[in-house]
Amino acid sequence: MISLAGRDILHSWGKFVLTGMGLGLLIGVTLTMAGVYRGMVDDARVLLDNSGADIWVVQKDTQGPYAEASSIRDDVYRGVLGLPAVVQAASVTYLTMQVRHGATDERSMVVGFEPGQPGEPAYLVAGRRLLRGHFEAIADVKTGFRLGERIRIRRHDYEVVGLTRRMVSSGGDPMVFIPLKDAQEAQFLKDNDAIIGDRARTVANPALNRPGVPGLVDAVNAAQTINHSVNAVLVRVADGTPAEQVAQDIRRWKHLQAFTREQMEEILIAKLIATSAKQIGMFLVILTIVSAAIVAFIIYTMTLGKIREIAVLKLIGTRNRSIAGMILQQALGLGLIGFVVGKISATIWAPAFPKYVLLEPADAVRGFVIVMVVCALASTLAIRAALKVDPAAAIGG
Amino acid sequence: MKLPFSRRSAFILAGIALASGFVWVLARSGPLAPVRVTVTEVVRADLAPVLFGIGVVEARRSYLVGPTVAGRVRRVAVDVGDAVRVGQLLAEMDPVDLDQRLAATVAAAARAKNAVDTAAAQLADSIARRDVAAANLRRYDDLGGKGFVSSSVIDGKAQELKSAEAQTAGADAALAGARQDLARLNAERDGAQQQRANLRLLAPADGLVTARDAEPGSTVVAGQAVLRLVAGDSLWVKLRLDQHRSAGLQVGLPAEIVLRSRPGQVLAGKVARIEMLSDSVTEERIAQVSFDAPPAEVSVGEMSEITLRLPPVKQALVVPNAALRLRGGKTGVWVEAADRLNFVAVRAGISGADGRVEILEGLKEAEAVIVHSERDLAADSRIKVVPALAGS
Repeated sequence: MISLAGRDILHSWGKFVLTGMGLGLLIGVTLTMAGVYRGMVDDARVLLDNSGADIWVVQKDTQGPYAEASSIRDDVYRGVLGLPAVVQAASVTYLTMQVRHGATDERSMVVGFEPGQPGEPAYLVAGRRLLRGHFEAIADVKTGFRLGERIRIRRHDYEVVGLTRRMVSSGGDPMVFIPLKDAQEAQFLKDNDAIIGDRARTVANPALNRPGVPGLVDAVNAAQTINHSVNAVLVRVADGTPAEQVAQDIRRWKHLQAFTREQMEEILIAKLIATSAKQIGMFLVILTIVSAAIVAFIIYTMTLGKIREIAVLKLIGTRNRSIAGMILQQALGLGLIGFVVGKISATIWAPAFPKYVLLEPADAVRGFVIVMVVCALASTLAIRAALKVDPAAAIGG
Repeated sequence: MKLPFSRRSAFILAGIALASGFVWVLARSGPLAPVRVTVTEVVRADLAPVLFGIGVVEARRSYLVGPTVAGRVRRVAVDVGDAVRVGQLLAEMDPVDLDQRLAATVAAAARAKNAVDTAAAQLADSIARRDVAAANLRRYDDLGGKGFVSSSVIDGKAQELKSAEAQTAGADAALAGARQDLARLNAERDGAQQQRANLRLLAPADGLVTARDAEPGSTVVAGQAVLRLVAGDSLWVKLRLDQHRSAGLQVGLPAEIVLRSRPGQVLAGKVARIEMLSDSVTEERIAQVSFDAPPAEVSVGEMSEITLRLPPVKQALVVPNAALRLRGGKTGVWVEAADRLNFVAVRAGISGADGRVEILEGLKEAEAVIVHSERDLAADSRIKVVPALAGS
């Protein structure tokens, strides 16, 4: 028994492989699009993983710190630490801003954290952790910063002492980690012109600048520049205690909002990135349909191109099953080549994307099954056309 | 139909190329891909710990110069930046009617002096009268003994003497009173002069004028500053250290001071004083660091970065601090053992300036620990050791 399909493919293998490659690139784009979607969801997840917290404590009636602005006092963590089953609690700040770096600037999320507490980057790819309490930074490699470089955040210069990886905000901006006190200042300190303007306004206010009370205006000015706020408190709960129980305690007795890991994931994925994820998802669905249609047409036209040969086969008495098998095998072969090329190309170009593209093996398997099913379905169209061919066409004109 | 060999082999080659590409892709990404890591050995080394904080240049001694009573500023003699000597006139308050009151007390004192002279003259007069009365009494006493005059005349003379004596005592008291009056008025005059002098604001010490808070004509209340001075040779840095990075802080520790105005220049100093009170709000300890050689043209209030060098720890077991991981609430390191990874909980000691940290418990010398990794590790992670990861 000779393989009709193999014979036919070998007969014009160049054309066959090139068609497969073209199909593969299309499949590659589809896989990449799925990767972009997965990457968005994964960005949100790693943000939560990297903070290493079980509970996020934020301003009451907000869904901060990622989805909404949240501002709480920086001594809140002390009260939280006093609750039962709380192992660690630390203040953090998040601020998305442009970090100046030489003549250019990088969009980054500046994180203020306490060393050794939740919120610290879990691992480094180069350099060391922070040693000094001020003016040192750990940056994600995506920022493009290098060890030993000096970057500028607001009015201070920071030395990059460590690099980390996959530390991004839910929007995919790479993170820059700096000590909490510096971050508080960066977030809440106004620029010099604004400070001078505020002072002048205070001096001009007769209620605050009374002639008989020297020093009052200085005191008011000093009180205005002090800011002890942070965005959230990250809490780690003792093993074996349900986080929800501690979160309820915080909500009830501390009059703050507290989210567990599950609730935070819900906020990030179902609310924060919902619209853009749906956008990508819609595009992915259309791309899948278009790819399937193109595969079907390619196989159909490939079969139509061989219609005379098929008529000859019929004329010499080949069974319909053999002809159908040939077309099906060719379609599946084309699908296989397309899938392999698509997977390879997607893997090659995925790291070049500015935002994270996550190619999940499960997606690849799913994609493979879809490609094969689409190819098989598409071949039925071609098989029908082939079986309807009149053997006389082989000798007729 | 026999196909040429080259065509078949080309097809097979293309197939092999695709298949190997696919295998390469599977091995490079996804769950099968190894995590690239860097590894180092636990070694013994000397650790030089440092403390780091930021501070503000302050004057150890600063002076607020102002009046002790409310008043209007008449004249300010110096300006910001002037160097002044102790006792130098800095400013003067408006005396209002103090000069006139001083003149009045001077006149009153002069008049009291005259009153003393008058009282002295009256005393001399009454003493003379008393002497005459005494002589007369003696004479009439003799004559009465001989029976020439009646005893009533003698009694009259005795009464004259007593009167004269009483007048002398009165004149004496009047003189003392006049003298006391004079002393009082002199004291009042001196007091008025003192008050007048108090309106002249003098420099309490050598120093530099840092602020001129009131101009002539403005009214200030008692205790409000007209001028502020600092002693220029008493500049030091008020250092704030994070409480959790302040262990080992001692008086006398050598310090490296970098002023914000000259970031490239390291100035030497030492810890001069440690304050007992921490700032409980900012959770910082406060210490004062003095300059070994005070720099010229440093400004009070300037920010500075201060590094304190602690005595080194000899021959400690050290690992890079990037190797420390937090896992399940425990601090530890990943130790590379045979073909798997062990997470070993450790107790970390002090940190050195180079980013290495002392291991007090949990590791032995020459054990291989994971330093950097591309991803978070788990016990069953497949790893690939590389000399360095990105970005270095």
